[in-house]
Amino acid sequence: MSAPMLKVEHLSVAFGGVKAVSDVSFEVRPGEVFTLIGPNGAGKTTIFNAISLIVPATGRISYEGRDLAGLAPHQVAKLGIARTFQNIELFEHATVLQNLLIGRHVHRRTNLAAELLFLPSARREEHEFREAVEKVIDFLDLAHYRDQMVAGLPYGVRKVVELARALSTEPRLLLLDEPSSGLNVEETDDMAFWIHDIQNDLGITVLMVEHDMGLVSRVSTRVLALNQGETIAEGTPAEVQSHPAVVEAYLGTAEAT
Amino acid sequence: MRFIFKTAYEQDIRLFKHGGQQFWYGLLGVALLAAPWVLDDYFLGQLTFILIYGIVGLGLMLLSGYTGLISLGHAAFLAVGAYTQAILAAKGWPFPFSLTAAALLAAATGIVVGLPALRVKGIYLAIATMAFGFIVEEVLARWEHVTGGNTGIIVGQLQMFGWTADSEESFYYVALVVAALVTLGVLNLLRSPTGRAFVAIRDSEISARSMGIHLARYKTTSFALSAAITGIAGALYAHKLRIITPEQFTILQSIEYLMMIVVGGIGSVHGAFFGAAFLIVLPQIVAMVKDYLPPAIGQATGLQPTIFGLVLVAVILFEPYGIYGRWLKIRTFFQLFPLYRRGLFRRQKAFMKSERLR
Amino acid sequence: MQVLQVVISGISQGLIYGLIALGFVLIYKATETVNFAQGELMMLGAFLGLTAVTFGMPFWAALPLAFAGMWVIGILLERVVLRPILGQPAFTVVMVTIGVGFVARGVVTMIPGWGTDTHALAAPFKGELVRAGGLVVGMEHIVVIAATIALSTALYLFFRFTRVGVAMQAASQNQLAAYYMGIPVRRLNSLIWGISAGVAALAGVLLAPITFVHVNMGFIGLKAFPAAVIGGFGSLPGALVGGVIIGVVESLSGVYLPEGFKDIAAYILVLVVLVVKPTGIFGETASKKV
Repeated sequence: MSAPMLKVEHLSVAFGGVKAVSDVSFEVRPGEVFTLIGPNGAGKTTIFNAISLIVPATGRISYEGRDLAGLAPHQVAKLGIARTFQNIELFEHATVLQNLLIGRHVHRRTNLAAELLFLPSARREEHEFREAVEKVIDFLDLAHYRDQMVAGLPYGVRKVVELARALSTEPRLLLLDEPSSGLNVEETDDMAFWIHDIQNDLGITVLMVEHDMGLVSRVSTRVLALNQGETIAEGTPAEVQSHPAVVEAYLGTAEAT
Repeated sequence: MRFIFKTAYEQDIRLFKHGGQQFWYGLLGVALLAAPWVLDDYFLGQLTFILIYGIVGLGLMLLSGYTGLISLGHAAFLAVGAYTQAILAAKGWPFPFSLTAAALLAAATGIVVGLPALRVKGIYLAIATMAFGFIVEEVLARWEHVTGGNTGIIVGQLQMFGWTADSEESFYYVALVVAALVTLGVLNLLRSPTGRAFVAIRDSEISARSMGIHLARYKTTSFALSAAITGIAGALYAHKLRIITPEQFTILQSIEYLMMIVVGGIGSVHGAFFGAAFLIVLPQIVAMVKDYLPPAIGQATGLQPTIFGLVLVAVILFEPYGIYGRWLKIRTFFQLFPLYRRGLFRRQKAFMKSERLR
Repeated sequence: MQVLQVVISGISQGLIYGLIALGFVLIYKATETVNFAQGELMMLGAFLGLTAVTFGMPFWAALPLAFAGMWVIGILLERVVLRPILGQPAFTVVMVTIGVGFVARGVVTMIPGWGTDTHALAAPFKGELVRAGGLVVGMEHIVVIAATIALSTALYLFFRFTRVGVAMQAASQNQLAAYYMGIPVRRLNSLIWGISAGVAALAGVLLAPITFVHVNMGFIGLKAFPAAVIGGFGSLPGALVGGVIIGVVESLSGVYLPEGFKDIAAYILVLVVLVVKPTGIFGETASKKV
């Protein structure tokens, strides 16, 4: 067993007295696809937000041995953590290409003066950014949409664009918040292949929140089940799915999807 | 219809995307250079005003159009630039130096005004910048030994290193050079990470942050740059007007500038100059037609504001991307003729999510 | 005693700001947008009242007439200008209402009998003074204070206890969700613009005896913004408290600070509030859910 990439210890998040997440601990190991499942309101997205440092939390989150406490939200991306959002948060009034280029922001080396004058260093950087982004475009097969405005794209494509934008940052840990929500069967299939390729070909560790149990069992290395902010089971997809507490959580709340 | 076969990334990066653009912008450049031989002093003066307002528009566009931060106090930055220029020019500073000082001082003011922007946005920011505008206006009127109070300052002719812009033509060329340089700078910025970071902040702060964009730093940068550009315009404005008073830098002017970029086409560099042209040309048209209207309407002092207001409302309702949007449609119409169909540019309908929850 | 007199006149001036701010807050509460033409609506209401009185109508009859007239204008405005841009960002709404304000100010100058002159509106109580223990307050201020308190109480009860009022608040949080829940979002928006324009008319007519009626009287609306912000933009009591704070600070700085501070005191105050506590006194905080 290798050292954990992301280590979450005794994480708790409360919103005005309501505990959204209480005392959750888990480890994500390099190279695996680790999935959080649970009924709606189980606190899955809140855990993502805690890792992104956009909600205040207690407990300890460390990434590659480094405590995230004390960092600002924008510094998380620089460490090599990228994420997508449940409801898609793209830059609507920009093209797909521009969205992906914004994903390269963490790799910016030029300064304002060089940009205003567009010095050779700025031009060189633009070329580098473009090359990196084109690789992602090829990987996710987005060439057709490259110069289109995001605002006019269908839902399924936006979902892929958001994934592409996250990949453009060249992350080592990728947080995917419900990658299949709103997708049809075919698109979900594609998503499963891509997650698989991201793990195997790109060597990126994935932490995912997902409802679609088919997708979860296909791609996950390990699964953590949550209910009402608390851990109820952890293990392989098959183990967790048959765990009595998980069955009860889903049937009990009739939220299984 | 023009098909462009792309073979190199450079094609997307460079300013002129294809030979056609090079040709038309070249032609525009030649026309602007030749303008003094064609236009008389009055029209050349108006063209100079378009350039100056165009620079203001670029500054405001960067902030409101690209970063999505509303400013209802931009006249204040113009004032900082204009008064700095007036005072330093009187002390004999050559124009490039005083211009730099005007830009820097305006930028510093912009950073201060940007402070509320780090915490608030939308209408709150509009009100904060408006409040700031009122305060600057009052300072200009009260700080008499520096600003000359309500009587204002008389500004000399633009001079540098022994050369004086003593004619309409020479001042026009100075304005043209400054406008061209500012435009180039803005275009460069927009094809660089900083410009894209602005757009990211405008469209989704939460995901801009998750892409590693430091919101506070880029918002402040946007305010500083926007103010600096507006300050540069202010320096030219001072020389163009020859006498500056607080009345030229009120909330009404700030609103007019916002109107200018909305009518010109929000979120485009073209829009800044189209809007400036609108702001200068419309009063001339109003003056021409008002004698043909019924006296109650034609002679009313409110005629011009009414038309301004109507145009603004009409643009927002029917052509959200302003004159530039209309221009694109007309161009596409001719390029695609006879294949153009209505609805090609149809706008997406979206319901509002809560501002409070952003 | 002098200080007290200054404070009292500050409060009565502040309630005028509060009264105008009520109009902003109403629209903000229901639609989360801001009407930059609120001052102009007030001005139009004052002119309607003025015209009614000029035609021989008693003051107290002109008041509801102006209210009704502006109600109609408010509804028209919502239908023609605001409904098409439903759901667009705050910036769009700000600009469109600024445009409406320009048109309103311009059109008034074209209407015979209105024009650019300053008109006096005769009110039965004008010029009466109320004295209490050495303090003097004009009757027209007392009327404004009473009307403001009555109006805000009525509006508060409306939002708190009527189905329509509660539905309006729900709609403001997320118009799409409210729409799906079967709340007639558009009809509610229409209603709220009617009410808000009506409130503006009341403010205009009540203000007329104090400030006269003229085309630029709406600029006082720009002082009502700070009032609304300081109180917390979505809060009705906040609008009044914010208005009073601004009124008092203004009149105190008029007496105790160098010349010029009176005019900008409201703006300095609002900047401080925005930097220190952007949600104002009664505002609520929330962050976007992702």
